[in-house]
Amino acid sequence: MPRKVLQVIESAYRCTIEEQDDPVVWITHAMKGAGANVHLLLRGNAVNYAVKGQAVAEVNFGTRHQRQAPRIDDDIASLCAKSVDVYVVEDDVAERGIERSELVSGIRTIPRSGIARLFGEYDQVWHW
Amino acid sequence: MADKKKLTFVLMDAPYENARTVTGLRLIDLALKRGHDVTVFAYEGAVSLAFSKQAKHANAVHGRDVDQEDHPLPREWIAALFEQAQKTGAALEWINCGLCVDERGVGEAVAGVKRGSPADLWKAAEASDNALIIGAR
Amino acid sequence: MAGYLLIESRDPYEHNDVGPYYELASGLAKEGHQVTLFLVQNGVLAARRGAQGELLARVAQAGVEVLADDFSLRERGIRPDRLIPGVKPAPLDAVMDQLEAGRKALWH
Repeated sequence: MPRKVLQVIESAYRCTIEEQDDPVVWITHAMKGAGANVHLLLRGNAVNYAVKGQAVAEVNFGTRHQRQAPRIDDDIASLCAKSVDVYVVEDDVAERGIERSELVSGIRTIPRSGIARLFGEYDQVWHW
Repeated sequence: MADKKKLTFVLMDAPYENARTVTGLRLIDLALKRGHDVTVFAYEGAVSLAFSKQAKHANAVHGRDVDQEDHPLPREWIAALFEQAQKTGAALEWINCGLCVDERGVGEAVAGVKRGSPADLWKAAEASDNALIIGAR
Repeated sequence: MAGYLLIESRDPYEHNDVGPYYELASGLAKEGHQVTLFLVQNGVLAARRGAQGELLARVAQAGVEVLADDFSLRERGIRPDRLIPGVKPAPLDAVMDQLEAGRKALWH
């Protein structure tokens, strides 16, 4: 039975424009594709990754035009579609004034007080 | 001494940007000194740690020439970790994320460093007794 | 019950997500797990007695073993007798001991 790992992302938008991805969301997709039993918890500012309708305009410098601006909300939604459990911490969502209806579908919510119990469901917790 | 373990570490920070690099390398060194087999997956900026073209410089503020300053280079630290592994009979596998290497142009790495992918990270973690991810912020 | 090793490399003065990480440590201990909070790098700044970091005293009172990396303490001139009660200096070996023991290890 593959080891069950919970990836935790807290820091957000650090390098998403130049990488055209969040590196940890990206590696979660890549490892899932390689057969990993990985799931995701978004906490702190990273809960904003689950907000629908994030629309980054391409960054252009001179004649160098960006063609693939990041779509982090789509990346989160497609993890849900691949049967990756994606959690957001309710308290962090509320503190940031995000309405539940603004979140991509398929997201599971968990109170901050429930994180300890959630950790217990996984063999390892990788806090990025 | 504990039984031989297999440990996986992930590093993400570029050189000289954060104290996490030194702490991460201290932990890897400790694991190797204890004879444990270690896989390091260098992701994002950490792929530059092993770049073979890092060069020392003088320090005019402190009045030190190149030799006197003897500036630390992460590539030398990594080479020293490989030597440490040999001394204790530990296996050190250092894998640079290939796509991260490409976008940073740091394909020239010190001896022993391999190119790999997230699948290699997963494979190493599955085969390990424990893993520690030191993410960038 | 699983054991946890929570490594905190940052301080609550500069980063407001450190408090919730301390609470996570306390929460895991209250659930009955063995928990160590290992402070390293600027994380040790919160361990100085008299600092805003009485937060850490509460973590220790919740049953969490709170250790501070002795290398990081020396680097910042924090003597062992200046530490908050309940916080003990420890070498990085303590982290390795717990990785060897299979504790779930998280870095913050």
